[in-house]
Amino acid sequence: MTSIGTGYDLSASTYSPDGRIFQVEYANKAVENSGTAIGLRVKDGIVLAVEKIVHSKLLVPDANRRIQSVDKHIGLATSGFQADGRNLASRARDEATSYRDMYRAQSPVKEVVSRLSMYVQAYTLYSSVRPFGVSTIIGGVDSTGPQLFIVEPSGVAYGYFGAAVGKGKQLAKTEIEKLKLAELSTREAVMEAARIIYLVHDDQKEKDFELEMTWIGDETNGLHIPVPKDLHSEAERKAKEALENFE
Amino acid sequence: MSWGRPRNDAVDMFNTYPLNQRAQHGHAHDNFAEGVQRTQQPIVTGTSVLAIKYKDGIMMAADTLASYGSLARFKNIQRLHAVGDTTVIGASGDMSDFQYLQGLLDELVTDEFTAGDGNALAPHEVHEYLARVLYARRSKMNPLWNALLVGGVRDGAPFLGYVDLLGTTYQASTLATGYGAHIALPLLRQAVETREDSLPEDEARRILTESMRVLFYRDARSLNKFQIAKVTAAGVDISEPIVLDTHWSFAEGIRGYGAQTQ
Repeated sequence: MTSIGTGYDLSASTYSPDGRIFQVEYANKAVENSGTAIGLRVKDGIVLAVEKIVHSKLLVPDANRRIQSVDKHIGLATSGFQADGRNLASRARDEATSYRDMYRAQSPVKEVVSRLSMYVQAYTLYSSVRPFGVSTIIGGVDSTGPQLFIVEPSGVAYGYFGAAVGKGKQLAKTEIEKLKLAELSTREAVMEAARIIYLVHDDQKEKDFELEMTWIGDETNGLHIPVPKDLHSEAERKAKEALENFE
Repeated sequence: MSWGRPRNDAVDMFNTYPLNQRAQHGHAHDNFAEGVQRTQQPIVTGTSVLAIKYKDGIMMAADTLASYGSLARFKNIQRLHAVGDTTVIGASGDMSDFQYLQGLLDELVTDEFTAGDGNALAPHEVHEYLARVLYARRSKMNPLWNALLVGGVRDGAPFLGYVDLLGTTYQASTLATGYGAHIALPLLRQAVETREDSLPEDEARRILTESMRVLFYRDARSLNKFQIAKVTAAGVDISEPIVLDTHWSFAEGIRGYGAQTQ
């Protein structure tokens, strides 16, 4: 970024002469410093997994969750500033509620994503606000089946079969590409998700982490809920085994 | 200015007089008062709901009829509604007001779910919430025209409560709304009271079925098709509609009941 320091990076409402908005790019940097989050869209559901870096042993285990529920059937995982992530989750919930009040039906994931991305985009327009320092993975199962999206700090939103954001996003993407997502069941996807999170975690540089996993699918009756304890620990055990064989 | 605030027709804020408002002699007059309507009677109605406590929890019954006055307008309407995994409500009275309440409760349950803290609404909390909503509406002289039974099990303790359009509440081990409070409640009390903790499921089901049968013979706004909901520690289970076979031959000799012969 040679044009840094030329004065065009002080406001999100000003382009640089070559057509970039530096504040949005800096927001992406905030995401790159954060623990990895991934999402898998498989045959019968969605799995979300997050590498939550625990920066102090004094923190209560399982506190400060980075995967949140937007509606009964929609989950949201964030990478970046935790507080920004909570604000986005709260907004997404309001949008899902507003949709249900208006149409008396469960909101399609696509609709929540499109409304949320407009909200995020609005924060790239004004000098009085800063863009959101989070990339958001939104997954859900609606009447059209499993759906998975990423909303970036710029407000852009794309649909994916496999999604990865945060520090280990490149490595995670390479691993997700090796999977046959269309053939996996959610139960198998939980195992893969845990394995990938353990794989991308760099224990040389980083402190401890907690693996946070939720799923939505036939096995959960279409509800977005945390992966049950026994399955979670089985996935963790297998992930650690795979890691030893990998090295 | 006053954008987004409730309008006050006593003040002519934009000086539109004499177009929008007449001069006020004496007290202020609300030009739109005649346009404001309040619920003065129910329109499409459901009749009685019955509920009892038994050994494993609570059981509730309501027929599937929604009447339009004395016309049996809709014969396949579910009047029992699950609220989360521990509570069921049954509604008599206005069906559109009931649908509105279902919307409120569903939003409440969703909010609790998305909080993700592992807490869910308990039956007594749902009961209290409904009581607050119904009381607030009657205080605006615009009641939600229902009598509701709320039942459920939380931490092994059964709960059964009543709340109506006035916001009146009470709890008992046997409850009934509407005509059922006159005809069926004495039967329920006789069969259930003092035995709440020992009453087996099949007998509880038989008591409700027989009470629904009696109600069908006596209540002209009822139907011989009904559902039974049971709430136990395992959760809420609302049955498919049950149809009773009925016999009317006994009515032959009763003047003013069956077909008139003289």
